[in-house]
Amino acid sequence: MTIALETRNLEKSFGGLRVTRDLSLKVMQGARHALIGPNGAGKTTVINQLTGVLTPNSGSILLEGADITGLSVHRRVLRGLSRTFQINQLYPDLTPLETIGLAVSERMGRGGDWWRRMGTRSDVNAEIAEILSRFHLLDVMTELTSTLPYGKQRLLEIAVAIAARPRVLLLDEPAAGVPESERHDILAAVAALPRDVTVLLIEHDMDLVFSFADRISVLVNGGLLTEGAPDEVARDPQVRAVYLGEAADA
Amino acid sequence: MTALSDVSTHAMASARWRISEVAFWVLALACAFLFPSRYLIMTDIVRLGLFALSLDLILGYAGIVSLGHAAFFGVGAYSAGLLALHGIINEPVIALVAAGLVAAVLGFLTSFLVIRGADLTRLMVTLGIALLLEALAERFSDITGGTDGLQGIEMQPILGLFAFDMFGKTGFLYSLIVLFVLFLLARRVVHSPFGLSLRAIRNNPLRAAAIGVPVNRRLIAVYTLAAFYAGIAGALFTQTTALASLDVFAFERSADLMLVLVIGGTGYLYGGLIGAVVFKMLQELFQSITPQYWLFWIGLVLVVIVMVGRARIHRLVLFVPNLIIRQFAGRKAAVAVPESEAS
Repeated sequence: MTIALETRNLEKSFGGLRVTRDLSLKVMQGARHALIGPNGAGKTTVINQLTGVLTPNSGSILLEGADITGLSVHRRVLRGLSRTFQINQLYPDLTPLETIGLAVSERMGRGGDWWRRMGTRSDVNAEIAEILSRFHLLDVMTELTSTLPYGKQRLLEIAVAIAARPRVLLLDEPAAGVPESERHDILAAVAALPRDVTVLLIEHDMDLVFSFADRISVLVNGGLLTEGAPDEVARDPQVRAVYLGEAADA
Repeated sequence: MTALSDVSTHAMASARWRISEVAFWVLALACAFLFPSRYLIMTDIVRLGLFALSLDLILGYAGIVSLGHAAFFGVGAYSAGLLALHGIINEPVIALVAAGLVAAVLGFLTSFLVIRGADLTRLMVTLGIALLLEALAERFSDITGGTDGLQGIEMQPILGLFAFDMFGKTGFLYSLIVLFVLFLLARRVVHSPFGLSLRAIRNNPLRAAAIGVPVNRRLIAVYTLAAFYAGIAGALFTQTTALASLDVFAFERSADLMLVLVIGGTGYLYGGLIGAVVFKMLQELFQSITPQYWLFWIGLVLVVIVMVGRARIHRLVLFVPNLIIRQFAGRKAAVAVPESEAS
């Protein structure tokens, strides 16, 4: 089995605060890997380093064996590393059609085309149609994103990431803030992600983690506490103490 | 597959020409024959419209604010003036493009300063660049003529065929054609994937990068393009008035441009054009009522626009035209101004 995404001795500090401590993580090809940890464990900081929003102080990040530590955000996307955001990061004034259209165009290297009108490339259109229908967004494709129900926005959030056709997808709390009635669609969409896409899931919701992941890494205070199959992690007394115990109290 | 045909129909819908757009341009051309005594002010409006179109490209689409857009206008104006004065390029159209390119080069070089930082930084940097150029133009008076400006510019006939006349008819038609051609180009650009990526950047630069948009590169490209447009507007100024003086760089010119877009709205290309018409007409009106205090009235209009909201004013203004349009062409043909968020 090959390693899809790897961090080696990753370190990140803000001032005197060590937010990521000597983190070495391996995500296998095709895995459904979850990264969990209590609030303030530094999960989002890890994601931001993986995607290139933050630069680590030391250590390196490898995508399919190639060092991507120094690459900019958009270059990592073009290399096949895509993400969703914990809080929707969408384009309020654009429609789902335009949002997905742009993502597909960029992936095909057509985003800089300034002469060709949108909608005139049939290969782009076909892919937009396919993605919109897969995420149940066809019926709202011409509405402004800002007017969509929250659940639809979450679906669009995942759809945009998929439109970049990633080989590794980082899902940052996909079900966060979604009302109970719309949760099912999100979970179904997450479960239906293509098997050849490696997924690293960052999540608070233990039901989702244990139903989805085949491997779990537990992050505490910026460092790796333990790692293993879901049942091992669930039995681990250390994990129960710092994390599951805490969650049970809350 | 119906989903596919739906997608392609809707994807192309925004770029389709509307009746109201055709009417706009027919009306603009008709003005050449309707008001033969007003060529000078109409040329002024067309020029301002083109200049505002330039700012709309960066402000309305890419979200870059600028208080120094006159920098490019001024460079275009002086370039056209110097080219004509020294007989380097005598043919106005070629000189126009050359002047635009000079401004574009400056736009490209300064874009690296502008794309960094947030709105306030951008306001200050753009303002600073314009002030800098104004001072340079004054300092190197042996080239620019200093406070006297460039004197004795003589324009050759356009394409060697159409001479500029003293009533300004040639100048007006020339400016209008240039505006129309550049408008078509801008329209093409904003409806392309490139234009869509600009709107995405204005909406959310973080997400734009996260789907693979090279944000900085796109901003540099559109800033350079906008500088080209502003340079052309400046060159038109010199060519139609045979003047180029230091006030082409003036802060008021950049500030007025913001007012034009506040009046007309941003992000649908016509905002600058409509804003230019309204701004110039208000200016004429107020200057004829109170020559000294016309700025007071412009200020008042601005406050009213902001308080009442542009959307409501647009509905009010379009109420009667839409009544008429509906009689002839049915409900669907009614004109609406697409709303962009106030900027």
